[in-house]
Amino acid sequence: MQIDFKSRELTVKLVYYGPALSGKTTNLQAIHRLVSNETAGRLMTLETRDDRTLFFDLLPLTFTSGANIQVRFKLFTVPGQVIHNATRRLVLQGADGTAFIADSQTSETRANREAFLNMQQNLRDNGIEPETHPVVIQFNKRDLPNIRSDEELDRMAARSKEPIYKAVALRGEGVIETFLGLTDLTWRQLEAKHSLKEKFGLDPDEFLEDVRKRLGLCAEVGR
Amino acid sequence: MNDATQSTDIAMADIGRLEDVVDREALRDVCRSFFDLFSLSVRVFSASGTLLADVHDDQPIHEYLRQFPRGRQALSEAVAAVTRAIPEGNAAVRRTELTGAVYDIVPLAYQGRAVGRIVIGPYLPAEMREVPRELLKIDPKIEPERVRDLLAEMPRVRKNTAERIVAHLTGILNLLLFSSHRAHLTSEMHLASVRENYRELAEKTAKLQAAYDRLKELDRLKSNFLATVSHELRTPLTSIIGYSEMLESGIAGELNEEQLEFVQTIHAKGDQLLALITSLLDLSKLEQGVMSIERRPIDAKALVEDIAKTFEPAARKKNIALRTVVDDDLPVIEGDAIRLKQVLSNLAENALKFTPEGGQVFFEAHAADFEEGADGTMGAVFFAGPRPAVAFVVRDTGIGMPASELDKIFDAFYQVDGSSTREHGGTGLGLSIVKRLVDAHGGRIEVSSEIGEGTTFRVLIPSPE
Repeated sequence: MQIDFKSRELTVKLVYYGPALSGKTTNLQAIHRLVSNETAGRLMTLETRDDRTLFFDLLPLTFTSGANIQVRFKLFTVPGQVIHNATRRLVLQGADGTAFIADSQTSETRANREAFLNMQQNLRDNGIEPETHPVVIQFNKRDLPNIRSDEELDRMAARSKEPIYKAVALRGEGVIETFLGLTDLTWRQLEAKHSLKEKFGLDPDEFLEDVRKRLGLCAEVGR
Repeated sequence: MNDATQSTDIAMADIGRLEDVVDREALRDVCRSFFDLFSLSVRVFSASGTLLADVHDDQPIHEYLRQFPRGRQALSEAVAAVTRAIPEGNAAVRRTELTGAVYDIVPLAYQGRAVGRIVIGPYLPAEMREVPRELLKIDPKIEPERVRDLLAEMPRVRKNTAERIVAHLTGILNLLLFSSHRAHLTSEMHLASVRENYRELAEKTAKLQAAYDRLKELDRLKSNFLATVSHELRTPLTSIIGYSEMLESGIAGELNEEQLEFVQTIHAKGDQLLALITSLLDLSKLEQGVMSIERRPIDAKALVEDIAKTFEPAARKKNIALRTVVDDDLPVIEGDAIRLKQVLSNLAENALKFTPEGGQVFFEAHAADFEEGADGTMGAVFFAGPRPAVAFVVRDTGIGMPASELDKIFDAFYQVDGSSTREHGGTGLGLSIVKRLVDAHGGRIEVSSEIGEGTTFRVLIPSPE
C-alpha cells in the first residue's frame, strides 16, 4: 500500500493470480465492463501474444470517500504460463491482497495446486508472509462440464481458511463478489496495520459499504 | 507500506512525473493542432508546476493595456493567479482577468491521481456583451473605442462549447498518457524481467559452482583416503606374504602336500592383493600429481626387447606368437624407464589376456611425429610444430572392443564388460594408471580396435623440447 498524506491518497494493490487460462484477465475485463467509467479507469493490457498475457493487465479503480480521501485500487493480473515466473514474482511485489482464480475443471486440479504453491513461494520471495496475506479463491468456469461439483466446493469452502467464490467470469457472474470479498479482507488487514480510521478518519465498515454500493451490490452472493 | 518516494513503478505501475512518460514534442503538436482548430491558447503544466507545452497568441488588447501602469499590474496579477490555481478533485477552476476574459484551469488526472493541469485561455465568454467598466477606469488616457476594437479580436467562446472543447483535449491527452504509460511500463517490465531472470541464473550458477567445488574437494579427499588406506593395508599384507613364504620354504617344519598347496595359494593371493593395492596407491599418487617421474635418456630398442623377453614364457604357454619390430634411428627420448616398462607391461598383459590361442602379439617402436594438442585445435598453426617422438605400439589379434567403449577404457575401474573381470582377471585400474603415466611423461596414448580383429595401443613419447 502507498500512503500519500499530502494529497490524502491511498493506493492498494490487488493481484489476480492463478494457473494459465483460468480467467484472470477475463475477471478484470468483466469488472471493467460492469463498473461505471467514473470508478474504473481504462483497462491496460501489457504485451500479449495469442491472447495470452505476457506481462500483466492493469485496471485502476478509484473511490473518493466521504472523509475526502482518494482510495485507488490497482488490480493486476499475472501471466499464468509456467515460464513467466520472473514476471509473476515482479508483479506480486508489494501486493496487499491476492485473488486466486482457479479453474473448476477437474482436469485442472493439478495446475491449480501448482499455481497456488507457486504463489506462496513468490509471496515469500517478495518478503510477504503467505499465512497472513489476504487471499480469496475463486472457482471460475462453473458453466463448463466435468467440473468439481457445487457440493464438493461447498465442502471444501467449509474447511477452507480462504473465502471461496464461484464464478463464470465470461458472463461476469461472481466477479464483483470475488472483488468485494478480496477488498473486504484486504482492507481489514490494512486497517489493522496502518490504523487508517485513526489517521484519515476512514471507517472500515463505512468505506466498504461505500464500495459495495458504488459497485451496485450489497450482499456477497456467491459466498 | 512503500515509501512514496521509492521507485515503485512496477509495484504500483504509477506514473511518477508527467514529463517522464509524455514526449514534450508530441504534447506540443497536439496543443498546436488544437490551437489551429479553435484559436484558443493552451498550456499544459505538470503536477510540480513545470510548463510542458505552451501554444498561445499574444492578444493585442494585452499589448495595449500594458502601456498603462495599472493595466500592466493587473495583467501580471491575473497571470500569477492562473499559474497558482490548482484545481481540487475533478472540477475545473476559472480565473477572470480585468478584460473580462477567462482562463479555465482543468485538472489532468490519470488512474485517479492528479498528474498536471491544462490551462485554456484567455477567451471571452460568448455571453459577455459589455466592456467591463473597471477596464475603462484604469487610466484616464484609455480610449474606449480602441479597447472595444481590440477586445473584438479576442476569441469568443460559448460556455458549453468551451466545456466540450476542454473535454475533447483532456480525452486526447489521456489517450496520449495511456499509450505512453503502457509503452513505458512495457519497457520497464522487459528490463525488470531480464534483470530478474539474470539474478535467478546467477544464483543457480553460484549454487552449481559451490557444488562443483565441494565435489572437487571430495575427490581430493578420496584420493588422500585411497593413498592412506593402501599404505596401511600394505604393511600387514607384507607380513602375511613373508610368513607364507617362510612356511613354504619349510622353515617351520616340513609341510605335507595339501598344506603346501594351501600355503602357496595364500602366498599367490597375497601377491595378487599386493599388486592391486600398489596399483591403487600409484593411481592416487598420479591423481594427486605427487608421483615423481625421472628424466633420463631411454633406450627404446632395449625396452621393447626387455618386454618381449619378459612375456615370452606366458606367450608360449598360451601358444601366442610374439613379434618385435623396432625401427633404426629412433629419436632420443627421456623418461622414467621403470614407469615406461610398467606401461608397456600393462599393455602387453592385456594383449596376451585378450588374444586367443594361436594369435599374435606385436611389440613395436617407430619414429613418429608428436603434435601438441588434438588435431584441429584452434589456432594450431601458431603453436610449436611437431616434435620427433617414439611410438611404442602393442598390437594384438585378440577379441577387440566396440568403438563406443574406446574413450572410456582409460577411466579408473572401468571395464568394457563387467564379466571380463571374472573371465580374464584384472582390476580395471591398469589402463587408467597407464594413461596417467603416459601423461606424466608429456606423451599421449591412442587406441584403435575392431571387434574380432584385434586392438592396437600406441604410446607416443616425445623427445625433449
